[in-house]
Amino acid sequence: MNPDQKKKAKKGMKRDLIILLLLLITTLALIIIFPEKEKGVSDASWDFLIEMMLILPAIMVILGLFAVWVPKELIGKYLGHASGIKGIILALILGALPTGPLYIAFPMAAALLAKGAKRSNIIIFLSAWACIKIPQEMVELRFLGLEFMLLRLALTITFVVIMGITIEKIIKWSDKKASRSS
Amino acid sequence: MNVTAIFINLIAIVGLLIAFYKNREKAMMSLKVAVKGFIKMLPMVLIIILGIGLLLGLVSPGTISRFAGEQSGFWGVLIVGLLGAVLFIPALLSFPLAASLLDGGASISVVAAFITTLTMIGTVTLPLEIRELGKKMALLRSGMSFLIAIIIAFIMGAIL
Repeated sequence: MNPDQKKKAKKGMKRDLIILLLLLITTLALIIIFPEKEKGVSDASWDFLIEMMLILPAIMVILGLFAVWVPKELIGKYLGHASGIKGIILALILGALPTGPLYIAFPMAAALLAKGAKRSNIIIFLSAWACIKIPQEMVELRFLGLEFMLLRLALTITFVVIMGITIEKIIKWSDKKASRSS
Repeated sequence: MNVTAIFINLIAIVGLLIAFYKNREKAMMSLKVAVKGFIKMLPMVLIIILGIGLLLGLVSPGTISRFAGEQSGFWGVLIVGLLGAVLFIPALLSFPLAASLLDGGASISVVAAFITTLTMIGTVTLPLEIRELGKKMALLRSGMSFLIAIIIAFIMGAIL
């Protein structure tokens, strides 16, 4: 993490703490105004807190293991030249590896594009990174069930691939148009 | 503790054991990353937990299902989808929130739209995305992601 990112993370945490404090005050005020609702609020919060604490530390450990053991260079190495079905599958798998938040994926994607990686694969890679990360799917499985998680996963993969190919076509078409008119 | 929670913890423990066996130093580094990530996420976790408590404890299921239930139809999905695109909540925490919405009477379509837009589209990170990938690609990706989130939501609602 560079100093700039560190500063950003600290700022983000401060913001979160302020929101938390405000929310805590609001909650207390609401409970004082509607004392009969207290049990409902605390029961629901408590249930979800337990659920989260049973899995969140483990999820963080899994994220930590991947962060240290899977080097980011690996992604560039495999995604830089892959094309066709193989490229699509690699983009999905590499995107799904738990390797950090989306904002670190953008510069990576930009670097890969500059090196000549296929645009469709980069879009698929970014989308997989955003919404089908492995630890994320574990949490989805826990809270929303197997049926929901698998169906959403299958649909997401299908549509993300269609989207990647479509965006590539649109950009090629508009680039061609631009170069012809100039 | 349910099966999924046990399964997740088992993976973490086995992974950690293998890591320590292979390379002690790297394993310690992983643990450090994990603890740091956990602490960094904790305030947001508590915000979501409190939010869920308020949502389920104060808002009547009738209200949630009117705005986000089956009868909210297309507009319910669209509005909650937009909300998901604008909000900045870590993806990991979108699932308990989504589950609480379901508990409160929201429809499958609405919840699916919420999760998909929340994870795929970042209004907060859009400036960075534009800077790195260019306006055309960033806007196309975000716009089409919204569209497919809505399509996925309706297909899921129809099947489940």
